[in-house]
Amino acid sequence: MVKQSASMEKTNEEYRMTRIGVVTEQRPETRVAATPATVKQLIALGYEVVVEAGAGARSAFPDDAYIAAGADLVDGVAAFASDLVLKVNAPTEAEIGLLAPGATLIALLAPAFKPELLSALAARGVTALAMDAVPRISRAQSMDVLSSMANIAGYRAVVEAAHEFGRFFTGQVTAAGKVPPAKVLVAGAGVAGLAAIGAASSLGAIVRATDPRPEVADQVKSIGGEYLKVEVEVEQSTDGYAKATSEDYDRRAAEIYSEQAADVDIVITTALIPGRAAPRLFTAADVASMKSGSVIVDMAAGMGGNVEGSVAGERIVTPNGVVILGYTDLASRLPTQASQLYGTNVVNLVKLLTPGKDGEPVLDFDDVVQRSVTVARDGAVTWPPPPVQVSAAPGAATSASAVGAKDVAARPEPQQPMSPVKKVVLVAIGIAALFAVNAIAPPPLPQHFTVLVLAIVVGFYVIGKVAHALHTPLMSVTNAISGIIVVGAMVQITSDVLVVQIISAVAVLLASINVFGGFAVTRRMLAMFAAGRTGADRG
Amino acid sequence: MADLVNAAEATTLLTPASIAGAAYIVAALLFIMSLAGLSRHDTARAGVNYGIAGMTIALVATVYATFAGAWGSPQATTGLILLVVAVLVGGAIGLWRARIVAMTGMPELIALLHSFVGLAAVLVGWNGALEVTGMSGALLDIHHAEVFIGVFIGGVTFTGSIVAFLKLSARMSSAPLMLPGKNVLNLGALVAFVVLTVWYVITPELWLLVVVTALALALGWHLVASIGGGDMPVVISMLNSYSGWAAAAAGFLLNNDLLIVTGALVGSSGAYLSYIMCKAMNRSFISVIAGGFGIAAPTSSGDGEAEGEIREVNAEDAADMLREAASVIITPGYGMAVAQAQYPVAELTSRLRERGVEVRFGIHPVAGRLPGHMNVLLAEAKVPYDIVEEMDEINDDFAATSVVLVIGANDTVNPSAAEDPGSPIAGMPVLRVWEASNVIVFKRSMSAGYAGVANPLFHRENAQMLFGDAKQRVEDILRTL
Repeated sequence: MVKQSASMEKTNEEYRMTRIGVVTEQRPETRVAATPATVKQLIALGYEVVVEAGAGARSAFPDDAYIAAGADLVDGVAAFASDLVLKVNAPTEAEIGLLAPGATLIALLAPAFKPELLSALAARGVTALAMDAVPRISRAQSMDVLSSMANIAGYRAVVEAAHEFGRFFTGQVTAAGKVPPAKVLVAGAGVAGLAAIGAASSLGAIVRATDPRPEVADQVKSIGGEYLKVEVEVEQSTDGYAKATSEDYDRRAAEIYSEQAADVDIVITTALIPGRAAPRLFTAADVASMKSGSVIVDMAAGMGGNVEGSVAGERIVTPNGVVILGYTDLASRLPTQASQLYGTNVVNLVKLLTPGKDGEPVLDFDDVVQRSVTVARDGAVTWPPPPVQVSAAPGAATSASAVGAKDVAARPEPQQPMSPVKKVVLVAIGIAALFAVNAIAPPPLPQHFTVLVLAIVVGFYVIGKVAHALHTPLMSVTNAISGIIVVGAMVQITSDVLVVQIISAVAVLLASINVFGGFAVTRRMLAMFAAGRTGADRG
Repeated sequence: MADLVNAAEATTLLTPASIAGAAYIVAALLFIMSLAGLSRHDTARAGVNYGIAGMTIALVATVYATFAGAWGSPQATTGLILLVVAVLVGGAIGLWRARIVAMTGMPELIALLHSFVGLAAVLVGWNGALEVTGMSGALLDIHHAEVFIGVFIGGVTFTGSIVAFLKLSARMSSAPLMLPGKNVLNLGALVAFVVLTVWYVITPELWLLVVVTALALALGWHLVASIGGGDMPVVISMLNSYSGWAAAAAGFLLNNDLLIVTGALVGSSGAYLSYIMCKAMNRSFISVIAGGFGIAAPTSSGDGEAEGEIREVNAEDAADMLREAASVIITPGYGMAVAQAQYPVAELTSRLRERGVEVRFGIHPVAGRLPGHMNVLLAEAKVPYDIVEEMDEINDDFAATSVVLVIGANDTVNPSAAEDPGSPIAGMPVLRVWEASNVIVFKRSMSAGYAGVANPLFHRENAQMLFGDAKQRVEDILRTL
């Protein structure tokens, strides 16, 4: 029951609170779209919330907790009949049939891959909001479910790998012999990749990472990984995701992957390109070169896989004893955490839809976030949205991403330096003018000009390397020195004309304030700097 | 130095004039050493002493040379009395102001002092016009032109500094004055000045001097009034430069090399300082000295970024975050000066350091209303200056920082300068505080900063607002710690 515009007020309908329904997911999904904590937040936004009995059971949220949070328990049909239905996964055909025409659905809809789902939702008259279509702009980070899920999945990938791997991750020297540390390669340092790097390195493994974006090197390093650089040109993207990379890059990267495959014990691949099949990073030959007992977690298996031989949702053991995990439900394997984060993402979206905090959702198509997530409305499919430009300015800092990195601030462009020709011309004009003045002017003017020019140059160089902190004292001392005008006033004070004498006296008075005040205040300031320094020495 | 030059040609070797001339060279050298000394921390105090020594030598020599020739005559006696009284009164006022001024009021004081130099230059110029001694032909024409140039620069400095003072002390709106055709007005005033100068050289009449004085005063007022508050640090430094040029012009007028040397020193160093600052703000030097910044009409009114939720935090939670932080960077701004929060901030710093938290300060080149303003305040509160770092030194470290405290800063931490090409402050280098894990913003309200630009930082995921008086809030945190 999303209002299409502010003008469509509840005219002839009787007033009823907008109801949010939280439904149970189909197996094997373990997550739930709202937790007791997020239900409380939804109620605070002015909504009535109903939860299907048992919806949170597999995420360890009992029905009692939902009731305590203020929700009503209903059956599945009633929950689906709500005005605003919150789901995790896309609805099945049967579930679409349960939705009320005119209702709104919020779920992970993968709009780029499921056109038939979108048309089914549109035909049903449902307004569909895809959580996975949130644009990658800073303002929408709080709703970025891909990032929040990728974070969990990256962690879980390491846990899964550790479970399969027959050794410690950390190196140890024990009475029973020395244990070498495991070597882990993470392909793609997006959110999932970084989470995996962090988890693996905190378990004690040696972690290496690859990514087409050289700017992530610092991030990799900061959480304990070693960044393997691929030395080729990379295309820039403007929408916050990685683009398909150039052939040169692929060739060099393939070499690196082949080298690493033979060396490492664990491989975790996270490379995804939106709207396309996942890039193939490891060939069957690479896998065959790995040691027996090695583990590969292909986090892109659901999208075609980064590793040749991985099967979505399956555990494969190759003839040479390498385990390839193609699990696509890694986030669901930490259901409590994943539900909480997903639920918070959903709450943030609902918050955006409810600017009045009055339980009245308003869909604003001028808002880029709301426009982007809306994939079906008024019986029509509204995917894809018009493109969103994330990066403000072109530049090296423009971010592309594997499984998702935050957008990086674009550096301001440096000021255009003056063209050398223009510079030379200006300098020449200046010199010519100076020459002309000196050549024509009667004495003592040329002498004064000489003094002036030399003093200007000296003034310029003498403060050339002034410390920033000393700007104020420098300024106040130059201010005191410019009180030298007092000399000018003094030489006039012996004039025969009384008016001139009086004016001179006033000028002397003013300039004296300057001289004394300027020096005194500078001394005061510098005394403080000195005090600060002794403080440092003592500390 | 008119009399001095003539006297130097006399036969006696050690005349008052030659002594003064020699003293002036010594004084000029001392001034150069003073400026050079002030460029570095360890030589700064010596630099001030050089300056004081130079000034003393210059004044004593001037008094001696001036009165040695005219001793005994009635006007010399009057002059001497006037001089002594003026110096004593002026010096007393100066010392008194310097003693009582709060460090937060420093920008205003310096602006006001600049205006005195400007006014003194105007008066010296007028005197030059009122008392023309034994000149003829080209020299007289040049003298007339020098009077005009001196009065003009002095006048612009005077009213410009007054406006800067009024803006800084909030007695006048800091918003840029937007007169229609302001550039034409400025340019017109310059052209009128040239025309008047030529006119005066041909027919030296007093009313022309009155007109040019009025013109200079009006131009100075308009120039600074049309510069927004955000650019005030540059303006102060620019006025500093103008006051130097005014002194140099007076030197030409009076044939006094010391005035020329000193004025040019101050003028060029001030101009260079302004230039450094303009570069730090990514502004065109020319457009700032011509009152240009305000011209750029805001093209983006916070589209997208500036809306959204803000999160509030209370002092207890902020204290908890600080307690658990590994590293903290404090980025102060003018708000810290207004709230006089530098002492509690220093206290907070030392407490956190005792707990082993790494605390540093990130100072934006134009934080506050005066270059180096924050450094002065922090030094006053005895924050060791080895943990006070410049923007360029610290900007790359924000990403690895646990908590950033933004205390009374706004425009200098505005992400739209880096990310929104349509923003009026686009391209201005800013402290990238938003890269830190947590940002706590101390602020009185949600109003925009001095540049009048909305700040999307406050709506960022990792930013939290701590509303209220900065000093009280910091003290609250201290209590909790």
